[in-house]
Amino acid sequence: MRPVRLVLEPRQASGAWRAAISLLSALALAGLLGSLVFALAGVDVGAAWRALAQGAFGSSYSLGEILVKAAPLILTGLAVALCCRLNLWNVGAEGQFVLGALAAGYVGLFLAPAGAQPWPAHFALPLALAAAALGGGAWALAPALLKARLGVSEILSTLLLNYVAVLFMEHLFYGPWRDPAGQGFPGTAELPEAVRLPLVMPWLPGARVHWGLALALALALALWFLLARTRWGFRARVLGQSPRAAAYAGFHSARITVTALCLSGALAGLAGAGELLGVQHRIQDGLASGLGFAGIVVAFLARLNLLAVPLAALFLGALLVGADQLQTGLRLPGAAALALEAALLFGALLGEFLAANRIRLVRAPAGEAGEARHAS
Amino acid sequence: MLPSPDWESLALLGQIAVKSSTAVLLAAYGEIVAERSGVLNLGLEGMLLLGALAGFAVGAATGDPAAALGAAAGAGALGALAHGIFVLSLGAEQVLSGLALSLLGAGLTGVLGRDLLGAPGLVLPSVPLPVLADVPVLGPALCNQPVLTYLALLLGPLLWWALGRTRWGLLVRACGENASAAYASGVPVRLVRYGCTCFGGALAGLGGAFLSLSYTPGWKEGLSAGQGWIAIAMVVFAAWRPLRALWGGLFFGLLTALQFTWQAEGAQWLPLWVLRAAPYLLTLLVLALAQTSAALRRRSGPPADLGRFFRPGG
Repeated sequence: MRPVRLVLEPRQASGAWRAAISLLSALALAGLLGSLVFALAGVDVGAAWRALAQGAFGSSYSLGEILVKAAPLILTGLAVALCCRLNLWNVGAEGQFVLGALAAGYVGLFLAPAGAQPWPAHFALPLALAAAALGGGAWALAPALLKARLGVSEILSTLLLNYVAVLFMEHLFYGPWRDPAGQGFPGTAELPEAVRLPLVMPWLPGARVHWGLALALALALALWFLLARTRWGFRARVLGQSPRAAAYAGFHSARITVTALCLSGALAGLAGAGELLGVQHRIQDGLASGLGFAGIVVAFLARLNLLAVPLAALFLGALLVGADQLQTGLRLPGAAALALEAALLFGALLGEFLAANRIRLVRAPAGEAGEARHAS
Repeated sequence: MLPSPDWESLALLGQIAVKSSTAVLLAAYGEIVAERSGVLNLGLEGMLLLGALAGFAVGAATGDPAAALGAAAGAGALGALAHGIFVLSLGAEQVLSGLALSLLGAGLTGVLGRDLLGAPGLVLPSVPLPVLADVPVLGPALCNQPVLTYLALLLGPLLWWALGRTRWGLLVRACGENASAAYASGVPVRLVRYGCTCFGGALAGLGGAFLSLSYTPGWKEGLSAGQGWIAIAMVVFAAWRPLRALWGGLFFGLLTALQFTWQAEGAQWLPLWVLRAAPYLLTLLVLALAQTSAALRRRSGPPADLGRFFRPGG
């Protein structure tokens, strides 16, 4: 009996077909891994998926909640995807998210209250959003400069700063920013109406969708335009694909790197502002709930295509809203959502592999047994 | 501003410092071995958590320290194996796969550990070495520690020897520096890399078990608190050398110990959040300093084939 062996061949297929293969295999593996997690946790696998689907799509309220989750996910997804297109890793969207929220919160708490400001009331919201973009961008500035000047890995620097950002936020809402009228409850006072993002459907009680979603969609388009249609975008893409070509062409690689990372930080900062000004309205525990990390999942589900980011964000948003139902319905902890995100990431990795390679089983000629070999 | 300079508190400081470095040290050693073979594994944080939960759960169920440590090492190695399959066999992006592993570790342990929160379990106490533990200052620091801390102290020189002075070490380094050349001269590159990755995972798992069995006995969601990332930074700072990692790890431990004493003394001149953020900030600072020093940089590049996918015959 001649041995059967696996042969890998580069897949000759169109971009759309590859994307479909990648996506389907990603979902298949994610489903499998997710089921494994449920089984290990000792819950009925079928019931868990049903609860998830019910939680995500069971009511008009939950459909609205998907949009609420999608708004920050679009922005953090864009933040990660933009950097990855330049071969940079922004793993610090979580921290930039927090700093954005803090900057917006500062405007809301200390600059916007009635009577305190020398400008008309309708300037407060744009000011808070600008502060958030600045705050998030500034939090990315140190890693950006360390990367561009000294070559310090941006993966580590952005990641380490996440912990610092969260500790700083806790310091503020436990300490100097704590609501004096909060009866000891750790958290700031509610932000004034003037800085809140208005609801899209204020006539529907319980529909929390806010205009931050429209802002996120507009920014997705703008960022796509920046990268695909402008001179800066061209240079950035060249730098991402071949740093040596960029150097040869005389592009200021360091400056492009710093700009991209700060822009990425600003996007994540806006996500934090959206969550604070549109949903939570006060800085408190649970504001940084992993939406920054989830941006990594969104970016790679979208295969770094900026226009696909909103779709991927909707998908992950649905998953997160459904995962809430796992908490209430099946008493699984919130970490279940993290496990599902990890399953999606591994799925995306498998998807990329299957999109690029075809696996065939062939009978080897007698006497030759080997491991999987590249055919070319 | 050291605490009152009497010998007793200095000895206590040293003891806490060495103890606090254990998990970071074990994880960093494991990462050094993996990276020297050419595999970047950013999943340390996840493997620490997997090891911490597995060690705690098995320890609580059986009461057997050997079984608990074995389970912890096994869980870490299993996580590393998943990373290995993706990056070594499927050619996946190593950074992304590592991040996914970190996420998986956090998520999976959060789900599986939900009934163990705050539960009592096995504790691996300090084991004073006879006579040596009574030596002033150095005795408590080096000779009155949990078993895993001894392991962390001994592994530094041991790995220095194994990586730099043995045939095995040469094979590992060959895979990391030039995979094609190693393969051409008959080294089973992929196998070596799988082995080193899983070894690294096992060490990270033990580091996690130290946290849940000795350092702060008990299971808590996310109890590693970023120590895995600090360990990765330590590898870069240590220029992929085990002995330098030992000094780096001890330095990290000293920072942690100072944080405790300052907190206990209620030092007013530094806000508490800055103290708590100090390990992360100082790690970042140390990374930057390591890069600015030209002398350090010249001798401290990463392995040439680190993070590169190698396909035999490809």
